[in-house]
Amino acid sequence: MRFRLTGDAIATVALAAAALFIIALLVGLAYELYLGSSSSIARFGFGFLFGSKWNPNKNTLGALPFIYGTLVTSAIAIIIGLPISLGVAIFISERLKAHRSLGYMLGTIVDLLAAVPSVVYGLFGILVFAPLLSQYIEKPLHESLGFIPLFSGTPFQGGANFFTAGVILAIMIIPTMSAVTRDVLHAVPDSQREAMYSLGATEWEVTEKSVLPYARSGIFGAFVLGLGRAIGETMAVVMVIGNIPTITSNLFSSGYTLSALIANEFGEASGLYRAAIVEVALILFFVALIINVFARLLLWRMTRGANAQG
Amino acid sequence: MTILILVAVVLAIVPLVFILGEVLVRGAGVINLGFFIHLPGGPNDKSGGIGPAIAGSFIMVGIAGLFSIPIGIGAGIFFAEWSSSKISTVSGFMNDVLTGFPTMVLGLFVFIIIVLSTHEFSAVAGGFALSLIMIPIIARTTTESLKLVPTTLREASMALGVPRWKTILRIVISTGKTGLLTGIVLAIARATGETAPLLLTAAASTHYITSIVNQPTASLTVLIYNYGTSGFPVWEAQAWGAALVLILVMLGLNLLVKLTIGRNLTEARME
Repeated sequence: MRFRLTGDAIATVALAAAALFIIALLVGLAYELYLGSSSSIARFGFGFLFGSKWNPNKNTLGALPFIYGTLVTSAIAIIIGLPISLGVAIFISERLKAHRSLGYMLGTIVDLLAAVPSVVYGLFGILVFAPLLSQYIEKPLHESLGFIPLFSGTPFQGGANFFTAGVILAIMIIPTMSAVTRDVLHAVPDSQREAMYSLGATEWEVTEKSVLPYARSGIFGAFVLGLGRAIGETMAVVMVIGNIPTITSNLFSSGYTLSALIANEFGEASGLYRAAIVEVALILFFVALIINVFARLLLWRMTRGANAQG
Repeated sequence: MTILILVAVVLAIVPLVFILGEVLVRGAGVINLGFFIHLPGGPNDKSGGIGPAIAGSFIMVGIAGLFSIPIGIGAGIFFAEWSSSKISTVSGFMNDVLTGFPTMVLGLFVFIIIVLSTHEFSAVAGGFALSLIMIPIIARTTTESLKLVPTTLREASMALGVPRWKTILRIVISTGKTGLLTGIVLAIARATGETAPLLLTAAASTHYITSIVNQPTASLTVLIYNYGTSGFPVWEAQAWGAALVLILVMLGLNLLVKLTIGRNLTEARME
């Protein structure tokens, strides 16, 4: 078949080029990260992921404190944020079923939280929220439950620690998680609810025993999305976590995360130190990739399930 | 149980009211006409302004749009109209990975490929970094909007002998254009609020730029970060002012979208 320079041919090539650009982008990103970190990979090998000392002066560089910080802050964010998002989603989608417009308004308000830029969260965090959190929540927790290792440290006046960072992250991921959960709950067919009601179930029993189990994978998807956001978040965290590489069970200690390290240190780094920071970026890249594949698999399972059940 | 649910709702709303309230109260006292135009002053200079930052943000989001709108819409159209192509599958997956990708890593990437080769921070580098964040959003919402256009319209058009490219341009895109515009506005709002990608690409500056390719460029977000963490009360107050300006822009854009779209883009959120 001859190739003619038709309008269709040009359109196909131009549009495919745009799609190919995206592929090139991601491949280029992976390549540059690999290239930039090669001296660090050669020097530290796999031990980089498990090394707990980060000492640029002695060239002993281990990324564990940052992996730890990222995981801890994200965990706190999910533990606090997921129940709240679920509650909001259930309220809007189930309890306000009869008041659609009120539900829509409430949903808009929660979505507005997503419109706040992360640096403004950070500003609010460091100048207003962290001191308040330190005085009214962290200090009492330390005084009453200080025997638990989690709360064993004395929270400093400024409040820049794992706990504060986790709480701020929780606030930031609530709008995403609740929006997705709202949509998932909305997609549960009314026949499920009606069947439960006809069996004499209460409102909460309908939600707990019928709606939520049906929406289980979708809710898990929302959780994965929130996790992805929390792990990659830089600005709000770098402003309220204290930026000291630490591995400790004490939540009121300052810490450091993968993305915060890049923000603070890359500018002035050179040589092996710079390569190590690029390797940290490479770690973040893989984490983001894995989370994404996971979320995709979940979504695929969920839509397959929904199609099967009809 | 209902009590717990209500507690959850209150806990979700209180932070929002708190943040917006603080930004409004602390920022309003700083804002006046001079604030919008003047060059930044020293840490104790109350007459300093954020003019260059506003201009810088505007310029860099504009540059980002120049890159991201054609590529995002182009890719979005390709995913919708050639959805069975292998390129669509692979590129679509990568587009999903890029959505919500850690922005600091994207900034690092642009630093390596642009700043290191030109040996300069620049508005173009910053704009390009922002475009990497905008492309996935625009591509995704474009694809979702075009998928909503009924196939019958395409078939009718082809049955009349209209070539595929014209069908896409005149029929499909026209029908889905609200969605496309929404995606663009959403992406612009997102890019305006980004900080991390600009730290290593445009850095910061204290004057209006004279060129987009060879000098660091100020931006609202980086200014808020630098001033907010500086420890100087005057600068901290100005950070609140800048935050107020930024929030007003973001809220304005987001409300614009909410008022015009209705519910047909909620699926786009399911990532």
